[in-house]
Parts: sequence; structure tokens; C-alpha cells
Amino acid sequence: MLRRDDGFAGRGDDAFALLIRAHDGLSEAESAALNARLVLILAHEVGDLAVLDAAVALARHSLNPEPSPGKPSPSEPSPGETP
Amino acid sequence: MTPSPRYAFAAPPELRGPGPRRPVAVIGSGPVGLTCALDLATRGIPVVVLDDDDTVASGSRAICWAKRTLEIWDRLGVAEAMVAQGVTWNVGRVFHRDRELYRFDLLPESGHRRPAFINLPQYTVERILIERAADFPDLIDLRWRSEVTGLTPVGDGVRLAVATPEGAYDLDVDWVIAADGARSPTRTRMGLALHGQRFEERFLIADVRMRAAFPTERLFWFEPTFHAGQSALLHRQPDDVFRIDFQLGPDADPDREREPERVMARVRAVVGADTPVTLEWCSVYSFRCARLDRFVHGRVVFVGDAAHVVSPFGARGGNGGVQDADNLCWKLALVLKREANAALIGTYDEERGHGADENILQSSRTTAFMTPKSPAERLLRDGVLALAGEAPFARALLNAGRLSRPCSLAGLSLQTPDDGGGPQDGPVPGTACPDAPVSDAAGRPGWLLDRLGGTGFTLLVFAGAAPPVLPDLPGLGIVVVAATPLAVAGAESLADPDGVAARRYGAMPGTTYLIRPDAHVAARFAAPDGAAIAAALARATGRAGAPFREAA
Ligand SMILES: Cc1cc2nc3c(=O)[nH]c(=O)nc-3n(C[C@H](O)[C@H](O)[C@H](O)COP(=O)(O)OP(=O)(O)OC[C@H]3O[C@@H](n4cnc5c(N)ncnc54)[C@H](O)[C@@H]3O)c2cc1C
Repeated sequence: MLRRDDGFAGRGDDAFALLIRAHDGLSEAESAALNARLVLILAHEVGDLAVLDAAVALARHSLNPEPSPGKPSPSEPSPGETP
Repeated sequence: MTPSPRYAFAAPPELRGPGPRRPVAVIGSGPVGLTCALDLATRGIPVVVLDDDDTVASGSRAICWAKRTLEIWDRLGVAEAMVAQGVTWNVGRVFHRDRELYRFDLLPESGHRRPAFINLPQYTVERILIERAADFPDLIDLRWRSEVTGLTPVGDGVRLAVATPEGAYDLDVDWVIAADGARSPTRTRMGLALHGQRFEERFLIADVRMRAAFPTERLFWFEPTFHAGQSALLHRQPDDVFRIDFQLGPDADPDREREPERVMARVRAVVGADTPVTLEWCSVYSFRCARLDRFVHGRVVFVGDAAHVVSPFGARGGNGGVQDADNLCWKLALVLKREANAALIGTYDEERGHGADENILQSSRTTAFMTPKSPAERLLRDGVLALAGEAPFARALLNAGRLSRPCSLAGLSLQTPDDGGGPQDGPVPGTACPDAPVSDAAGRPGWLLDRLGGTGFTLLVFAGAAPPVLPDLPGLGIVVVAATPLAVAGAESLADPDGVAARRYGAMPGTTYLIRPDAHVAARFAAPDGAAIAAALARATGRAGAPFREAA
């Protein structure tokens, strides 16, 4: 569902630098607000709800402390992995 | 550590009275100054090297030397010794806490003479370069304990004041190469300053000797369990020595962090309590990413750390400096032989200024990734770390060092852009030539890079079954590559039985590359057309009225 190729076409470092720069001079609250807005804008750019669903699942999964390193716990979905 | 060699001071003739004007003086016998001296000598240019000390680098400085550097040193006849004494590596691993996120291979294909990297301490590198300099007794005049104390432009040359244990003298030269390091007194003397960014973060580097099973790979940890909240980097060096870099944060007290008991406690946390280990050297440092605005000032040309400094992550300091030497010396040799105009030196500034910007950008980004400055930056960084185990895209964002690669000079003045008729794949003009296994007419195996560049420009022509019709261009070395060697008058014939060279150069019969003395592609064509090659050659030597930035 989520793409496994290089969506940044070799320019990942530029993309990351752009995201970091977006927060220049902002307070923590402003940064959080910016992040929320970015999520909304980018979600709309993605459009496809199934992709969004997989992205949310991957993000949530990555929040959990890992019970066994490297392996997702069986009760969790395994997003990002092509079956 | 083996004791450092001491090199004897020998009184130069100038101490007895004014001597002749010399073509080139190099200030500083670090890896970059010595590479310049050897490069100029291989081109027949006599050079005086002045160094204020009488030995090699002390302590731990550079250890990682990149493939491109080894290829340059192959041309100078020293890479074999470096590789033999160093340890070879291609693979890196990245960990987060106790979990391996991924591994990368910097050289996943075979058919290259040199590995992605070797690790070899800088003092050994310098010793090998100094030994090699002795092979050019008529061309390289290496003067120890000779401190440059003054520099005055005189007409179209420079007068250097030199202080020695036996007195002072003046040395008149056409050109000065300032290779006097990050604190460059030449820079200060000329009122020039580096511009850039200073990082507050402090790092501890410890070289320890131990018998340990760590693989010969680059190991990088974010927030390792043994060094909470920070990062750490481990490299194997020759003779059971390992280098460990610990990130300490901006508030660390350098004096306290250097205390051996404290250092050893950190080391023990990595290697365990039972491994016998001795501390060879340690230091605490912070660093800058900065450069001179211009590298060429009249007849003084800055190279290496004197021209630009970077953070060590990515091994871009010494490797970048060796690329400076490689870029400058053929140009300087052409100018001194009156085969090119002095304006050609302006393209050193253009090309290596571009290289320095790239090195600074890459090493600053790595440092920024390791040291998030705001909570927002840390959240994004930690997000990348958390996702990198599962999501390949996050591994592309994760920045544990972008290791030194050959700089591309594409789009700069000396290169002739593709006209679309030439190869569709392979190195575009400006790219450093890729290597490939080949054999000579007698069937002896060798490497393509050994046949390209070096003493002059090379025409690399790929052929099918029939010998190509070659243009008559005096002074141009010609190499013809075919599946089976062809007898071609005036050219060296190489066989490429498995087609590796043809594949790497995107070649069809007729495909022709014009290659600079530093083994970067100057131009490429569908066929060896004399007029087009002559025009590209004129451009690549600065004779075509191509727009240069002023060298002055
Ligand atoms: C901890 C650390 C790790 C590093 N790791 C790497 C790595 O893995 N890979 C890499 O590529 N780079 C690395 N570097 C960077 C590398 O060490 C430098 O880029 C390299 O030394 C630059 O070489 P240089 O010849 O320009 O200058 P230097 O090596 O500094 O040499 C300058 C020379 O000039 C001489 N000199 C100074 N003033 C005068 C004077 N007035 N008269 C005469 N002589 C003078 C000095 O004595 C010295 O010999 C590292 C640096 C550090 C500090």
C-alpha cells in the first residue's frame, strides 16, 4: 500500500532540510500547529484514503515501544510491509 | 603508537645567498600539500615544499580515505602501499538504541580496483607520501623546519620569507600553493577569513587498542544503550586499533572529558568490561563548516583545510583536499609550461569551490541531524529514526553521514555539454571516470583508470570489430577499447572481454570520451570527430574564450 521506492527521487536530504527550515523561528506551539496543517495539506495531496489509512497505521505502530526489537508485535498490524 | 619519524633539516642554498626563482612553492606538508608535490613532480614541475615541523601528523586525525582518493594516489604511485597497510571496508550499519535499522554497501558491484574506503591513520598516509617524494630527488625539495613567516606579491610572482634553525632566507616563486591547514597562517597573513557555521556540539574521539570482534564496517549508533541520548561511531583501523567517536553535547567540559578514566569508562561501556583495552589517544573537539570565498588570490592558491573546513562526518576533509590537489596541479603544470593561460587557474576556484560547497552542505546536514537544535527539529529527527526500521523512505532521510564521493563538475566552464548524439548512459561531462577491468594487447589484466588522464588528456574510444578511424590530434593520448584488442596505430589497445567498460560508459562502437588529466570527463561524442574533439580540448584547457571567473 505505502510506496517502497524512493519517492524523493534521490533528494531526500533536500526534502528533510526543507521540512526543518519550515520551523525556523517558530515557538513550540506554532511548530505543532504547522505540523498539523502540513499533515492536512499533504493528506489532501495524497487523497487516497486507503493510503492514508496505511500511513496512519505505520505512524501509530512506530510510536509503540518495541517488545521485541526489529519485530512488530503480533497484535499490531504490519503496515509498510508488502504482504 | 610507533614513534613518529623525524626528518632532518638540510640547509638550502638560499641560506648562502639569493637563489633562482622557482616555479612552485607548497606551504605545508600535510596530506594535501604532499599530494600536490607528487602530482606536480609526475608532470615534470619542480616544487619546493616548506613545512614548519619535522614530522608527520600527531595523534588521531583522518582515518577514512575514499575510493576516489585512492584512484588519485594510484596515479601518483602510492595507493598500493596505502591499501596494503590500511584496512578495507565497504559496508556501514546504522543502529538506533539496540536495534539495527539497516546496512548499506558503498560498493555493491565488483570490477573496481579500489574499495569504497580504507582506514589508515593520517600519520601513516603522510609517511608513505614522504617516502614516495624521495623518488623525485630532482623535482621535490622537501624542506623541514622551514616556517613561512612572510609573503609578498612581487610582480607576477611571490616572495616568501622562510625561517629555519640556521637562519632566515627569501624564496622567489611564480606560484604559491597554500596547504598550511585549518589555521592557515597564509590566510591570516593575507587578511582572509573563512566564512561559515560553527557547531557548538562537542565530540570525544578515542583511539583504543584491543582484540575485539567488531566487523570491518562503519558502525553508527543513534542513542545507543551504552551512551544514552547521544550518538556514537566506530571504525576499525590497522593493528587492532579502533576509533570511537562519542557525541558529548554542547555543554561538555573538554578538560574533564579528556581525563583517561572518564574516557575509559565510556569505552568500557561499548566494548564490555572483560576485553583488555588500552587508550592510544583521545581528544575533544568541536568544528566548523566554512570556506574562503575565493581560493585563488593572485599567485597564491589555497588548497585543503587552508581553503575549507568541514565536520569529520562523511570523511570529506582530507578526501576533499586530495581532490583539490588533483584538480589544481594539471592546470598549474599547463600554465607553467605555457600551454595554457593563467586564467585556467580561475577554473580551479570554480570547480573546487563547487566541491567545497557540496562537502560543506553534506557535512552540515549530517551534523544538524545528529544535533537537533529545536524541539520541532528533534521531533522530526526522532520520527525518522522511529520509522527507519520499517519504512525505506525514512532510511533515505536518516543521515548518519553522507560519505565522500567524487565531486561532479557537470555544467562548469571547462566541460562541453552533451549535444544529445553521444552516449545516453555512462558518466556525463564533469563526472569522474568509473573504473573497469580491462586487459592489454598481450592479455595482461589491468584497470581502465590506469590508462586514463595522468600526464595529459586522453581520448577513450570504444570500437566494435573494425578499428576506428582516429583523428590526428598531437599530444592527445588515445586508448581504444574493444571486446577483443584491435591493432590501431598511434593508440593503446585494450580488451574489454566482458563488456564491463562498455556498459559503465554506455558505449556503442564509436562512442568517444575526452578525458581530462584528472580523469574527469571533459566531453563525449558518438564518434571520434576531430573538429569536435579539438574544440572540446580547447575549451577544457581554457583556450576557447569560455567565460571564467577572474582568478585575481
Ligand atoms: C578528528 C578528525 C578526524 C578526521 N577524519 C578524517 C577522515 O576520516 N577522512 C578525511 O578525509 N579527513 C578527516 N579529517 C580531516 C583531515 O585531517 C584534514 O582535512 C587534513 O589534515 C587536511 O590536510 P591539509 O594537508 O590541508 O592540512 P594539514 O594536515 O593540517 O597540514 C598543514 C601543514 O602545514 C604546516 N604549516 C602550518 N603553518 C606553516 C607555516 N607557516 N610554514 C610552513 N608550514 C606550515 C603544518 O605543520 C602542517 O604540516 C579529520 C580531522 C579531524 C580533526
